[in-house]
Amino acid sequence: MRLLLQVALLCLLLLSFNARAVIETYEFSDPELEQRYRQLSTELRCPKCQNQNIADSNAPISQDLRKLLHQQLEAGADDDEILDYMVSRYGEFVRYRPRFSGATAILWLAPLLLLLVGIAAAVLTLRSRRSQRQAAGPLSRDDEQRLQDLLGKTEKDS
Amino acid sequence: MAPRLKLFLPLILFVVLAAFLFRGLSLDPQALPSALIDRPLPEFSLPVLGQERLIGKGDLIGEAALLNVWATWCVSCRVEHPYLLQIAQEGVPIYGLNYKDDDAAAARWLADLGDPYRANIADREGSLGLDLGVYGAPETYLVDAEGVVRYRHVGVVDERVWQTILQPLYRELTGQGSGG
Repeated sequence: MRLLLQVALLCLLLLSFNARAVIETYEFSDPELEQRYRQLSTELRCPKCQNQNIADSNAPISQDLRKLLHQQLEAGADDDEILDYMVSRYGEFVRYRPRFSGATAILWLAPLLLLLVGIAAAVLTLRSRRSQRQAAGPLSRDDEQRLQDLLGKTEKDS
Repeated sequence: MAPRLKLFLPLILFVVLAAFLFRGLSLDPQALPSALIDRPLPEFSLPVLGQERLIGKGDLIGEAALLNVWATWCVSCRVEHPYLLQIAQEGVPIYGLNYKDDDAAAARWLADLGDPYRANIADREGSLGLDLGVYGAPETYLVDAEGVVRYRHVGVVDERVWQTILQPLYRELTGQGSGG
């Protein structure tokens, strides 16, 4: 009887209780819509809690935006329409992948520029190293003599 | 010359980085540019708080006014409330947007603390708030006589904000509006 109780208690330990999910769930009429919902809600940024997307954030504004996203998806809006709608209200800030424009050009181009700078630096360094090696050239007669003396000395020592 | 320049490269990088970071210290990351600046208010038709009638964009147009987004659950709104009463007394028209709130609680708030608003729009679902790009209360919009949003302030309106930012803009708008 006691063993049974112990086993039962052990089994109880195995049960895990999930933390209550804070994020509400939406029913979608089409799995493809759900896929787009996931994608868009990770791409849209919460305007209030600035470093979270609306999928991760539990701020009231994010809840509203998720609800809106769900409504728009079910209403048949395409991705561009939804993003335009959000951007016209919250500005380009709301997108984690902002459109290419004068203000965002540095964001899009900086990686490419840094890569080019890196390649240029590498090429220049390698080239200067090679030219240094070539500049060294053959040894002069004096140096040759010294080298021979030193080598002869070590041979004698050993 | 070149090797000596290379020697100073870390120092130059440091100075540039320090300049950017120093600039960042005085920037407010919460201050987002509103997408609505210099664009007309969105159309809406919502009930007036505590009344049966509906209010729309047309009712707000005609003179430069403030549109203040508030709610009873918003702590900072209580902070700015006395100051709103004060500028309303000075004759500045203020419209309230009661954002995602309970009508009864809002009515009680106005009865207890005073009512600086010409009228209050009861935006229970936050639909107008969404169209305005509201992401938290309090927010205050300066709307000109044609119903175009001229400025948006996120956060408490106090004496400093009013005197340094909103009042100069408001004076400019009313000056143009009355032809003087």
